[in-house]
Amino acid sequence: MSLTRKEQARKGTRDQSKVSRRPGHERSLTQIKFNTEGDLLFTCSKDNVINVWFSHNGERLGTYEGNNGTVWTVDVDSESRFMVSGAADNTLRLWDVATGKCLYTWEFPTAVKRVAFKEDDSQIVCITEQRMGHQCAIRVFDIDREGDGTKQSKDPRYIFNPVGSKATVCAFTLVPNVIITGHESGKVALFNVETGEEIENNERAHGEVVTDLQLSRDRTYCITSSKDKSARIHDPKTLMVIKTFTTETPLNSAALAPNKPYVLLGGGQEAMSVTTTSLRQGKFETRFWHKVFEEEVGRVKGHFGPINTIAIHPAGTGYASGGEDGFVRVHHFDESYFKAEPYGPMQIED
Amino acid sequence: MPGITDNVDDIDCSDIEAKYRVEYDDGFDNTIVVDGIPVIDKSKLDKLLAKISKEFSRKGCPIRPDDISVPWDDNTGKGKGYIFIDFRSMDEANMALATMHNHPFDARHQFKVNKFTDIERYAELDETYVEPEIEEYTPREHLRAWLADPQGRDQYVTYRGEDVEIYWHGKPSQCELAYKPDWKDFLYVAWSPLGTYISTLHRQGVRLWGGSSWKPQQRFAHPLVKLIDFSPCEQYIVTWSNEPIVVPEGATQGPQYFSPDDEGNNLAVWDIKSGYLLRTFSTVTEGDSPNGKKQMQWPALKWSPDDKFVARVTPGQMISVHELPSMFLHGKKSLKIEGVADFEWCPRGDKDKEDADKEASATMNGKTKARENMLVYWTPEVANQPARVTLLSFPSRTILRQKNLFNVTECKLFWQNQGDFLCVKVDRHTKTKKSIFCNLEIFRVREKDYPVEVVELKDTVTDFSWEPKGERFAIVSSNDPNLGNPGPGITTKTDVSFYQLERGKNDFKLLRTLPNRTSNAIRWSPRGRHVVLATVGSSSKSELEFWDLDFNIEDVARREGQTSKEDWGSGIQLLGTADHYGVTDVEWDPSGRYLATSASAWTHTLENGYAIWDFKGQELMKQIQDRFKQFIWRPRPRTLLTKEHQRQVRKNLREYSRVFDDEDAKEHLTVNAELIAHRKRLVDEWNAWRARSKKEFAESRGQKYSVDQGGDGDKEEIEVWVEEVIEQIEEEIAD
Repeated sequence: MSLTRKEQARKGTRDQSKVSRRPGHERSLTQIKFNTEGDLLFTCSKDNVINVWFSHNGERLGTYEGNNGTVWTVDVDSESRFMVSGAADNTLRLWDVATGKCLYTWEFPTAVKRVAFKEDDSQIVCITEQRMGHQCAIRVFDIDREGDGTKQSKDPRYIFNPVGSKATVCAFTLVPNVIITGHESGKVALFNVETGEEIENNERAHGEVVTDLQLSRDRTYCITSSKDKSARIHDPKTLMVIKTFTTETPLNSAALAPNKPYVLLGGGQEAMSVTTTSLRQGKFETRFWHKVFEEEVGRVKGHFGPINTIAIHPAGTGYASGGEDGFVRVHHFDESYFKAEPYGPMQIED
Repeated sequence: MPGITDNVDDIDCSDIEAKYRVEYDDGFDNTIVVDGIPVIDKSKLDKLLAKISKEFSRKGCPIRPDDISVPWDDNTGKGKGYIFIDFRSMDEANMALATMHNHPFDARHQFKVNKFTDIERYAELDETYVEPEIEEYTPREHLRAWLADPQGRDQYVTYRGEDVEIYWHGKPSQCELAYKPDWKDFLYVAWSPLGTYISTLHRQGVRLWGGSSWKPQQRFAHPLVKLIDFSPCEQYIVTWSNEPIVVPEGATQGPQYFSPDDEGNNLAVWDIKSGYLLRTFSTVTEGDSPNGKKQMQWPALKWSPDDKFVARVTPGQMISVHELPSMFLHGKKSLKIEGVADFEWCPRGDKDKEDADKEASATMNGKTKARENMLVYWTPEVANQPARVTLLSFPSRTILRQKNLFNVTECKLFWQNQGDFLCVKVDRHTKTKKSIFCNLEIFRVREKDYPVEVVELKDTVTDFSWEPKGERFAIVSSNDPNLGNPGPGITTKTDVSFYQLERGKNDFKLLRTLPNRTSNAIRWSPRGRHVVLATVGSSSKSELEFWDLDFNIEDVARREGQTSKEDWGSGIQLLGTADHYGVTDVEWDPSGRYLATSASAWTHTLENGYAIWDFKGQELMKQIQDRFKQFIWRPRPRTLLTKEHQRQVRKNLREYSRVFDDEDAKEHLTVNAELIAHRKRLVDEWNAWRARSKKEFAESRGQKYSVDQGGDGDKEEIEVWVEEVIEQIEEEIAD
């Protein structure tokens, strides 16, 4: 019975998926992101270039050049007007999505590991690396949306250093001035950016470094993935763990599928240990898990190395994955994915 | 003044006095009382005192006559027969006490030495008899309660990370958690051989748990214990630690604890029921160079199957057999055997146990004489003497059979579990010592004169295993040049062969050889017939093969021993193959129905976890768990049913199975309903949480939220510009 269920879900994604491999990146992917409408896909990688693609056919729309080091992170605002990126050259850059022009550059003492827009596009938050005697810092900048965007304030609106383990991922919650962060120790916490105060924390959310944090479409809950081989859904108000998905490989990314009760998990054995340990395939599949029953329902193969980042089309019609192998794979769900009800008819809230 | 008492004596100061009373040190700690002094009159006093001082000084307690005070009976004018001696310190007094007590002074007098303070204490002792309070009797839980499970399930324990869990295993619907203990900080867990106790090894020592509520049953304070071994009947336990025993100052003393005599030893034998320490040993034998890293044999002490004797070998010299429960050396001397390398006790079969029971119940009736304990040992070749395997009965110490062997590199002793056969696997080398081949010397122990038969093989035998309660054995042999030098990615090619005793000819004949395998482990089902061949400890291969050796023979017939001769070897059938990646341990459950395979994090860290298969090789359950360490089935004691009763059950198997079939059908229905209900509950919980959190956010955000929701309705619109050429006309335009 479980086999057929898996088969169904697998069929739904694999058979007619229009897989496109593109020579857009020369090195491993670090983060990929759809815009609000889902027609554009932003990808960044260790090769210093940010690409933007049409998601429906895989055609490249353009590139954003100027970074001088691994681009660790990108995010795009809800109007697809501004895009923001953080890189290992210690810069945070604001780009014009349409023209590809760099509008503003902030410089820091260390690399930028994570950026995120607020839901009303008025602010961005960024995490800088803890290195060379500099502490890990979280900064919030106001974005001036009037004019051409080149006039931004140099100084952050708020800045603070989270005590204890360094932060690796973050996002704005719906509560004003509160961000949710994931940490190297596996901690998930809520911070008030104004005061830098830790409002709430769950020290034992994960056993190892938190690798990704993505919000649900309405931003009322979030999913985190970790090297401890599990992904968890959290309530961002209380930080209570709602669901846990335990796999057998370290996870690099987790995403929530809109309209369907699934979560997508990606990861795989670390690149450095693949050759020395298992002779078998390193399990570089995207895993589909049922969000409520915490059971795996299907897998999609494709990458030759670990999956570093997963993004789901905002309308839930497809997803993209970026791997250590340098490929971005865009999959469109076919008819059976939407029709399949592997557990029978059920009304599950998104 | 009125109100104030003038008379000071009237004031009650007893409380103040009590508070500030100085405790006088009576100073008698340095004083001893010596009884048994000759009764003399004054004239001889000086002489006597000089003599006593001399006696004391001679024994290392120097005193002067001045230190001695002699009480005098003025009525008789003679001494009272005792004296007091003052010492400079308490230590000296104690020393004198230890050395001079019971010292013979002359032919008629013997010193009786006591401390002065003791005499006072004993004199003041309350002599009225107080009846000791009788502890109320609370019946203990039955330690074998798990055997009364109505569904006849077996239990197993898993150890993962820091968590131990004990599960029931039966039909899929009957598998459930039996107990989750909160034991902390221990090395590993182990069941006792009959499954009565489960033990945990802590820093402080060993702890046993048992009964239906898993209460602590016993503990053995052996600090830093690393290995344990139970005696076969669960009466005793042996513990070992690599750290020698140290008894610190002020450590608790008593029969359950180490005493200073045990210091430096590292092997201890305990009685399980009382928790008493019986004896300690040192595993370091004299003459061993401390640097010579020799692999310690474990178990270091080998138990006779009836728990009456325990023996240890001192390689090259002797086997020492100790009697239980006194732990004295049996017959006050060891078995001195020049060059002895290793030995094994003969296990007791079901028949022996019955005989022993009968003998115990009717000792007068001398007819049913149970077999004596037996042990077998071997000695390697020395100079002109050949290597030798000797079968010895114990405690009579008569040699039953001896066999000489030549060109021997190594011997391994394998008893069949009923004690019917003994196989000595002899690794022999050719004259040039370049290549090694193998002989199996098989002793038929139940027959007169213990006949020996030899199976000669050309290859090296890496594993040997008897069928439990059977007349068959399986071997893994190999002629692969890679054998013996394992490396990454190298898998040794092996052959697996089955042999069976041919009744008519009384020798062992090859049933079948399975060539070109990678299997390196043989696991017989505890009930015989089924066998699993596994490839363990390899990084590339992890195959499991499930074989049935009596595929086309009715079970009943085989039990009666009516194997037909014409279909020799044809009953061997492969039931299924399976694969468990990275498998490190393979273990049958005690009933022989299920097989468990596990990949332990102690060996590697890839896909740790365990799987349970049925005897046909169907996977029933698989758990991949990070940091998984241990899986052990709970052993079962021997069945209480008589032979006759068992036969009855086999005969009426059909009727019994009908009941079970009905149960299965019924259960199938309820299980499905339960699963659906469970899922519905999960969905309801989730939906309730979503509704709640949405509402909360809506309230805190007011209108903004509804705007956000409005955006959800947007659909992705892709505008596609299609250029279509409707008509193309070429016109020539005239100038």
